[in-house]
Amino acid sequence: MSNELFDYKEHIPLMELVQKFHTTMLKHNLMLVYEGEINQMITTAFTSMAERNMDESTDEEYPIYKRLHHVMVECFQNVCRHAEDAKISLSKDIKKYGSGILMVSETDKKFTVLTGNIIHNEKVKGLELFLTELNEMNQEQVKSLYKEKIKESRLSDKGGAGLGFIDIVKKTGNKIRFKFEKIDENTSFFIQEIAIN
Amino acid sequence: MKTLQISATEDTPSIQFIPEKGIFEFGGKSLPEDVLSFYQPIIDWLDEFENSFTKEACFKFKYKYFNTASSKIILDILFKLEEINQKNNNISIEWWHMEGDEDMQGAGEEYEEIVEMPFKYVSYKRGEI
Repeated sequence: MSNELFDYKEHIPLMELVQKFHTTMLKHNLMLVYEGEINQMITTAFTSMAERNMDESTDEEYPIYKRLHHVMVECFQNVCRHAEDAKISLSKDIKKYGSGILMVSETDKKFTVLTGNIIHNEKVKGLELFLTELNEMNQEQVKSLYKEKIKESRLSDKGGAGLGFIDIVKKTGNKIRFKFEKIDENTSFFIQEIAIN
Repeated sequence: MKTLQISATEDTPSIQFIPEKGIFEFGGKSLPEDVLSFYQPIIDWLDEFENSFTKEACFKFKYKYFNTASSKIILDILFKLEEINQKNNNISIEWWHMEGDEDMQGAGEEYEEIVEMPFKYVSYKRGEI
């Protein structure tokens, strides 16, 4: 199956692309799509928007917008961290390795946050194992794991992204859907999806 | 004992440590890029505090939000306060959370289980602080 969004054999005019893309976004209820360089400035811009939604929401909607904001912070900052790591060690092509995709979709106040970013192939197995095990845990086990990980030394980098994933599973009560697409002998594309309801 | 006052920004919290007024407060939001470099001065300040201030001190955690990277450092700070309390027997902790904010209240309760010090919980209405 083709990875092309519109399955065109030739490049279509950019203005037409914008129109079709916008229509597709609306059809998929996408509130936010960003593809490009991921850094702290970019992630802060989007999470600040989510924060404004939170501040302007009704008392009834507040908890879900708060949760959405939190998941966005954790997911986007994870991508940021990976982008930084990739930039440092795969510095041949900074633009390529420091970029990723951030996406948020909404249906009836149920949100989904998706991210995509490049990752070293050597990190794939470990991450895959970690997420698979995390998804198999019940809430009690997730809470225990969280407590265990948070006590690990802050000087150790290991806990960094791990605690973020554990926390969003703990708070949403949902599993993380994920996928690794191999790009070449050094890198893969890591996609993850989490629902908030 | 010097004061430590840091204004809040978009992603870093406000810190108000004014010993002569008995004010020791964390507030705002904590989601900095480099958690360690923001919080190191606070850890350093607490080291000095341990050795020079023995009067009663109530540390108030009034965070509106913090990310998981910050949550590790906050635990380190709480461990530090526990250590100071064991030495000087002068520390009490207040954990503030918005009414209905189960996540923030839950975070406090989790910390209280890990750190052996009783927390006093204070709730406030949305918009009150």
